[in-house]
Amino acid sequence: MELLDFLQNNTLRTLLLALEHAWLVGVSVLIATMIGVPVGILITRNESVAKNVINAANVIMTLPSIALFGLMLPVLAEVGHGLGKVPAVIALVLYSQLPIIRNTHAAVKNVPSSLVEAGRGMGLSNWNLLREVQIPLAVPVILAGLRNATVMSIGIGAIAAYIGAGGLGVYIQQGIARSYTPMILAGALSVSLLAILADLGMSLVEHLITPKGMRLKEAH
Amino acid sequence: MGTFAVKTHRYFLYAIIAVLGVVAYRSGLRTYLYDPFEREYLLELIVQHVYLVSASLFPATILGFATGVLASRKRFRRYAGMAMYLVGLGQTVPSLAVMALAMTFLGIGFPSAIFALMIYSALPVARNTLVGLLSIPREILDAGRGMGLTPMRMLWTIELPNAMSVILTGFRVALVINIGTAALGYLIGAGGLGDLIFTGISLMQPEKLLAGAIPIILMALFGDYLCGLLGLLLIPKGLRIMPTSDHGS
Repeated sequence: MELLDFLQNNTLRTLLLALEHAWLVGVSVLIATMIGVPVGILITRNESVAKNVINAANVIMTLPSIALFGLMLPVLAEVGHGLGKVPAVIALVLYSQLPIIRNTHAAVKNVPSSLVEAGRGMGLSNWNLLREVQIPLAVPVILAGLRNATVMSIGIGAIAAYIGAGGLGVYIQQGIARSYTPMILAGALSVSLLAILADLGMSLVEHLITPKGMRLKEAH
Repeated sequence: MGTFAVKTHRYFLYAIIAVLGVVAYRSGLRTYLYDPFEREYLLELIVQHVYLVSASLFPATILGFATGVLASRKRFRRYAGMAMYLVGLGQTVPSLAVMALAMTFLGIGFPSAIFALMIYSALPVARNTLVGLLSIPREILDAGRGMGLTPMRMLWTIELPNAMSVILTGFRVALVINIGTAALGYLIGAGGLGDLIFTGISLMQPEKLLAGAIPIILMALFGDYLCGLLGLLLIPKGLRIMPTSDHGS
């Protein structure tokens, strides 16, 4: 029950850290979306390019997060941003590319060709076809990619506390440094809760935004 | 356009490697590695890291595989959805939180890190085993049943080979996540290459940091590559398609 005491005494700080964490992840996923979705759509035009781009994103995903922070630190230190929020955001944007690009590519690619042909038959240009047929049908799957990216970013964001990016990881970091169990528990549980809530919230949005006729089994 | 993209892709890689090389040189990584004491220590940490990974991944694979296979059996099929949900929930929990939780309950040291790594990397294996076994086309199963195979024979000769590529993807994800998460083992007193990274960050010593980060990255990439080879070994020729699945580190 020390945990409850801790949370009671630090309610405001916990909320602020949670907000900081959410902000960090939100900004990163937003930037990642602005890069990843257009790239995912563009690469549907050429399969060999698509394969290369997805492979590259796959390699980035293979890099362990703390090692990536370590690798970026000396590079970014040259421009004065070795620690703090900048490297954290860059890393989160990089990691989010794989789920976003892969899902966007798969979603646009998997729009039934009969629908695309129908649109083409109505005389839609490539751009209009994309805007009025392919993208609306692809949105649920793209959102699933964003959900993956968000949940993953919340987890990596916790590790980013060690490079001074703030967020709920700070509780874990300071708790471990001080061997203060309630603080560690508060950090670990709140960051898990944040991830689970984000997951639930986004799957709800996904469900709501999918037209009734299209509700199939969940696709990843 | 395809060849153009492939070419620029390659130059991009060269550029990154060149930048890293310059940074490594300027940060004094070379002099660091020439120091015999430091080199000794680095080798020790690498061995420790590999030990952490293998000691946790081996039981994790067995655990995850067994869970996946059990949940897909007829008797437990009812619980497959629930098992999937629980595994998904577990995967949502951040790796640092899993490590921290293991430490608060099991204390500082090697065993709690191994336990945390084992649980965390059993999840993708279990998930992919279950998904792989449940998504085998009905006709294939019916054909096997029609030939009079017992459930055990069905599992070994039909279900597992057909699900193998998905299961291996799960294993690959588990391996990569495990190598990355093992770096956090340092925080709960289990050593490993995280030692150099976290110390390097605290002391602002880039050479130390790079000496820890580069081997971890190479290890992860090499593990990923080995899993590709493992696929050639375990997946029957007729069934070779490489599906991709979710992962995060």
